[in-house]
Amino acid sequence: MAPLLRVENLTIGFPRAEPVRNLSFEVAQGETLAIVGESGSGKSLTALALMQLLPRAARVTSGRITFGDRDLLALDAREMRRLRGREIAMIFQEPMTSLNPVMTIGGQIGEVLKVHERLSGKAARARAIELLQLVRIPGADKRVDDYPHQLSGGMRQRVMIAMAVACRPKLLIADEPTTALDVTIQAQVLDLLDTLRRELQMAVVLITHDLGVVAQWADRVVVMYAGRKVEQALPADLFKDPLHPYTRGLLAASPRLKNDFHYRNGALTEIPGSIVSAVGEAGCPFRPRCAQARASCGHHIPPLTAPAPDRLVACPFTSSIKAVPDALALSH
Amino acid sequence: MSSTGVGALRNIPGATYAPATENEQPAGVAPTEGPAWSNVKAPDARSQQSATIAITNGRRAMRVFFANPNALFGTGFLGLVIAVALLAPVFFPDDPLSMVGRPFLWPGQDPAFPLGTDSLGRDVLSGILHGSRISLFVGLTATALGLTFGVLVGAVAGYFGGWVDDILVRLVEIFQTLPSFVLLVVLVAIAQPSATTVTLAIAVISWPTVARLTRAEFRAIREKDFVMAARSLGFGHARIIFREILPNALPPIIVTSSVMVATAILMESALSFMGLGDPNVVSWGSMIGTGRELVRTAWYLTALPGLAIVFTVLALNLIGDGLNDALNPRFSQDR
Repeated sequence: MAPLLRVENLTIGFPRAEPVRNLSFEVAQGETLAIVGESGSGKSLTALALMQLLPRAARVTSGRITFGDRDLLALDAREMRRLRGREIAMIFQEPMTSLNPVMTIGGQIGEVLKVHERLSGKAARARAIELLQLVRIPGADKRVDDYPHQLSGGMRQRVMIAMAVACRPKLLIADEPTTALDVTIQAQVLDLLDTLRRELQMAVVLITHDLGVVAQWADRVVVMYAGRKVEQALPADLFKDPLHPYTRGLLAASPRLKNDFHYRNGALTEIPGSIVSAVGEAGCPFRPRCAQARASCGHHIPPLTAPAPDRLVACPFTSSIKAVPDALALSH
Repeated sequence: MSSTGVGALRNIPGATYAPATENEQPAGVAPTEGPAWSNVKAPDARSQQSATIAITNGRRAMRVFFANPNALFGTGFLGLVIAVALLAPVFFPDDPLSMVGRPFLWPGQDPAFPLGTDSLGRDVLSGILHGSRISLFVGLTATALGLTFGVLVGAVAGYFGGWVDDILVRLVEIFQTLPSFVLLVVLVAIAQPSATTVTLAIAVISWPTVARLTRAEFRAIREKDFVMAARSLGFGHARIIFREILPNALPPIIVTSSVMVATAILMESALSFMGLGDPNVVSWGSMIGTGRELVRTAWYLTALPGLAIVFTVLALNLIGDGLNDALNPRFSQDR
């Protein structure tokens, strides 16, 4: 089956930088693809590029984005507008500011339906109530007339989700949908997204920096570093056997309930340096922070290789790393 | 890609994400309304449900506005002026410019003319009441026109930015470099003075202020997350401008418009004072203008319409102040 979304060699350029370079991935129908990476790795820009909503200064300098059988980069503004909200929808990180403060939530959900499905005011309101029920907002028929400031953060994110799925999109892009929420609410919102994904048969691109989220909700994972894909795997493989030194560092830097939640036996490990270390250098972007770095890493950017089915990694020394387990992360 | 595959992935060793929904289920708590699963799926929502519902922004603003005695006085006085303007033809059906009595009757001298008569024997009270009509007409119409055009220009410039913004800002600046009252006099002098031309001329010189204000608001609100969210839902430019951004930009525009009405009334009075008003209609400015030469012998002829202007403009300014307090988010604690 042809993938729903295919991104090929996507490069996003600002006048002085290229925050996303040569990125390729595919999303199948009904699948959840997680894109993981730290701040500044180009995750959110990728999402905005899929929506064709990049900031003014940024441009897609090369690559192709194919959605279904359409080339998104070739669509004009009007065709793209018709696609947004109807076939590709997006939810954002900040539910507190992503709703219009002077419009009722029912009005905002109804607005989407009026735009895309030409519903009348009454029909749009009825559908808005249904959608609020769909995203598990209790007392939806009363809540529909509430203003955003009367709702909690989790409720607002539910409203955002209701707006995004109002027209049953085929693809939902969730850009760190739970980062601004309480931990207990996070799980509920992600659970809701997963339920909706199955009920509405939509694919989800889940952008996150939370590996716990990935482990529980993703079908496939793309790990990004400095605008490049450094590893791609099924979550089970990724957590059992991370190949790229960056992925290993990320996993080592995640707190684990089982082990030592209060860090009594030592501090949580971190990846030394920061993502800006590699700016302006040739070779592997992770080299300045990598314990395994060798001289050859500085010559050229390591290509993606497939060490196993369903796996891709951009590091030529994965076998030698495996031979020395935990050499990187637990040396402190 | 099937859901069974997803389920299998839930049990990955090393996955640290505790499924919080399991722990959150309130045992034996029956929801009073809504579907049975609502509390299970959204305990955050449950706590909100019982919380007292905050009053909406609009009602809060009304409360602040009417708790302010100055604003209340302003509203009351403006209401009185409007009532007087509407009822003037009922009280004084005759033309206020017709001579009805002996000239130079002082206020109180003749009970038939409580505010006296002017040098031609015209009733001053009738003139002031009829004058309120032209003042309010010019003030409100000119503001409405200036507001409409200014908001449109400012919204387009602020929303689109780029070369559209550059061109429109230059246009605004051209109007702002010219002294506005001189421009007003020239415009009215070129066209024949009448209530319509005076109104249009005042609108022409007052829109740039609104345009600048609206542009500034739009530039700030354009960057907000909810505008990005609106774009991500496929809304068109017009819908984003008028449904998403404009309602959020309105508070400062409303405040400014109340002061614009006051300014327009003053400008109309100034034009009439200079003899550039509509000669066939009595207005407060023209009454002051004709009484000006007699200010030493019959000062009441300038003072009485002057007081009418002062109080009307004061009332509008007080309303503007009250609206500012009520609508300015910096003063609202509960948002």
